[in-house]
Amino acid sequence: MIQSRKLALANLWVAIGAFAVASAMAFMQSLSRADLDLPFRTVRMYYLSVTAHGVLMAIVFTTFFIMGFGYVVAERALGRPVVGRRLAWASWWVALIGTALATWAILRGEATVLYTFYPPLMAHPLFYVGTALVVVGSWGWCWVVARTWHVWKKESPGVRTPLPVHGMLASIIIWVLATIGVAAEVLVLLIPWSVGLVDTVDPMLARILFWWFGHPLVYFWLLPTYVIWYTMTPRIAGGKLFSDPLARLAFVMLILLATPVGFHHQLVDPGVEAGWKLFHTFNTQLVLFPSFVTAFTVIASFEIAGRKKGARGLFDWIEELPWGEPAFSSVALAMLMFAVGGFGGAINAAYGMNAVVHNTAWIQGHFHLTVGTAVALTFMGTSYYLMPRLLGRELELTLLARIQPYLWFGGMLLFSISNHLTGLAGMPRRVFDASYAGSEIARQWVAGTGISAVGGIFLFISATCWVAVMFGTGLAGRRIEPDPIEFAEPLEGENGKAPILDRFGLWATVAAVLVVLAYAWPIAQHLSMERFGSPGFTPF
Amino acid sequence: MHVDLYERIWMGAAGAIIVVFLASMGYTTLGRAVQPPSHVETIDPASVRSDAEFGAPGVTVHEDGSATVVMQAFMFGFLPNEIRVPRGRDVTFRITSPDVIHGFQIVQTNANAMVVPGYVSQFTTRFDRAGEYLIVCNEYCGLGHHVMQGTLIVEDRPPLLRALPPEGGAP
Ligand code: HEM
Ligand SMILES: [Cu+2]
Ligand SMILES: [Cu+2]
Repeated sequence: MIQSRKLALANLWVAIGAFAVASAMAFMQSLSRADLDLPFRTVRMYYLSVTAHGVLMAIVFTTFFIMGFGYVVAERALGRPVVGRRLAWASWWVALIGTALATWAILRGEATVLYTFYPPLMAHPLFYVGTALVVVGSWGWCWVVARTWHVWKKESPGVRTPLPVHGMLASIIIWVLATIGVAAEVLVLLIPWSVGLVDTVDPMLARILFWWFGHPLVYFWLLPTYVIWYTMTPRIAGGKLFSDPLARLAFVMLILLATPVGFHHQLVDPGVEAGWKLFHTFNTQLVLFPSFVTAFTVIASFEIAGRKKGARGLFDWIEELPWGEPAFSSVALAMLMFAVGGFGGAINAAYGMNAVVHNTAWIQGHFHLTVGTAVALTFMGTSYYLMPRLLGRELELTLLARIQPYLWFGGMLLFSISNHLTGLAGMPRRVFDASYAGSEIARQWVAGTGISAVGGIFLFISATCWVAVMFGTGLAGRRIEPDPIEFAEPLEGENGKAPILDRFGLWATVAAVLVVLAYAWPIAQHLSMERFGSPGFTPF
Repeated sequence: MHVDLYERIWMGAAGAIIVVFLASMGYTTLGRAVQPPSHVETIDPASVRSDAEFGAPGVTVHEDGSATVVMQAFMFGFLPNEIRVPRGRDVTFRITSPDVIHGFQIVQTNANAMVVPGYVSQFTTRFDRAGEYLIVCNEYCGLGHHVMQGTLIVEDRPPLLRALPPEGGAP
């Protein structure tokens, strides 16, 4: 049994709890959108709930899951206990207290600023302090995992860094570079302003710093997801990893390109010159490449699994895959949705299309495919594999576990397609009610919001199944001698190939230079203009 | 490093797709000068309501038939709430906010811009279909966000313009 199991479990349980609360809120939101009259449906409640859902899903669920998973990967793939367990526990406490503070502020209705918290909307100071603590806690995790690798490296001269750790280190580099932006925003701009030390804040500077963080945040979620796709799912499917060096290449490309892309979220913002937007959008298109590589390598790895079981035809290997095994089916379905989401993403980043879909329901349709499914469903599926092995208990309620991924897939198809369509038809996102005083045009959206509500019901049932399986297993699962946690072997030995891909110091430095190139100049230019700050507003 | 033949083909194709994306982006932005709204101009949000320009928002139709729309987006509405612009002419929007961030979106057109206090959003577009359009705020701005709306009326031959030369003709 692995030594950091308590540590990993503590992190995973927080993720599961946050997910449970956030999905209940999502259920209410999707019904509200369809204009159903529910007893608890008020405007105040709606926006409070969207804030809680966004923060708990996008920040708390993902970060805690990744931290728990990261400890497991570090110990199992490196074959040595995690270095700095005290710091790891302290980080967990810091992040947990941060989550509690931010949630408290949100539930009191004093932080209805949504998870993007754009000033001059002003939240209770503890909301900012809480989010900052979550980030500080995650830094502690970064340190522990990186340090464990470093110690291992000294103990194992000449051994190549295992692929799963390679991916986690890439994720850590991206996270550290990205969080500098949001830490600057929160610590330098927002906290002093929200406690009244300064009167005004420049909303545009805050937006730039936020999106410095906001896009690489996506890769912080996605890299651990890719680690699972490359190194765990092929093994669960009974196959081998098709190509180890290409996986490393994808990770390195993501380290370099994840951050200097933030302005593509600000294409229609004033106050940022078009040239900078063009530069960031250019990088954004390049970042598609590692995802294309991932798609190929992972699908080829599945094909190996199918062929091992005797498939010979062009496509019959697909049938041979373990579709009834939730740890596999959820990941495979997540990947399928990610392919669709990826195409949508290329459209979002296209200059012309962006103006049509920016801040419409299309965006919400898009990111529920990417983070809401590719990442979240992969994490859910992986927990069917991890939790029994960490808890030493058999998975409970296996029938629910088996149907859960399919319910999510079906529900998300309805939810996402309808939101893409209403978005194209112009429906804005983040609205309590989209009827616009009976406007003729707004009536076209009604069918879409109805379908999206039906999708939301399926999603909620699926989420409930997963939470039930997790708690069922944790509380009542039959005690067993757990199987080991293992990673897929590459088809060919990986040692000695393209060693440059393992030079983390080098890639981190190049990535940092790219961040400076992408941000130092526009921020300097921005600071040199005559600017006017804004006082805080609390219209909630 | 050994790379499988099929994977080479795939990577080549992926690279080609990205090059096509980049080329089309280069063509539209550099070749045809299509840019997203990226105007850089600042204004004190506290003075918007008394500002010479934004304190008296409205539509001005110029001699060549084009129009300028000056607007405030505020919690929770647009000022003016209803605007009339000529069809098939350049319409330049200038919008700012005296309070929080808002969005300005004319539904089913490509007019879509963020409105950030302290900054002036400016962009130019044309409307080729006459009729009534819905304007919405597409950035969360508080509990009235979903009631923040306005109307744009695109007029074929507004009375104001009757005296003007036909479309495309020299003044
Ligand atoms: C139980 C399944 C889910 C349902 C029914 C659901 C539904 C919704 C709805 C209706 C909204 C509000 C949209 C708006 O008013 O614009 C929303 C927002 C959001 N959801 Fe989900 N969601 C689910 C799962 C997830 C997951 C798994 C994630 C990510 C891990 C996620 C991340 C977000 C984010 C980041 C927002 C944006 C909040 C904002 O605009 O401020 N959701 N979701
Ligand atoms: Cu608004
Ligand atoms: Cu709004």
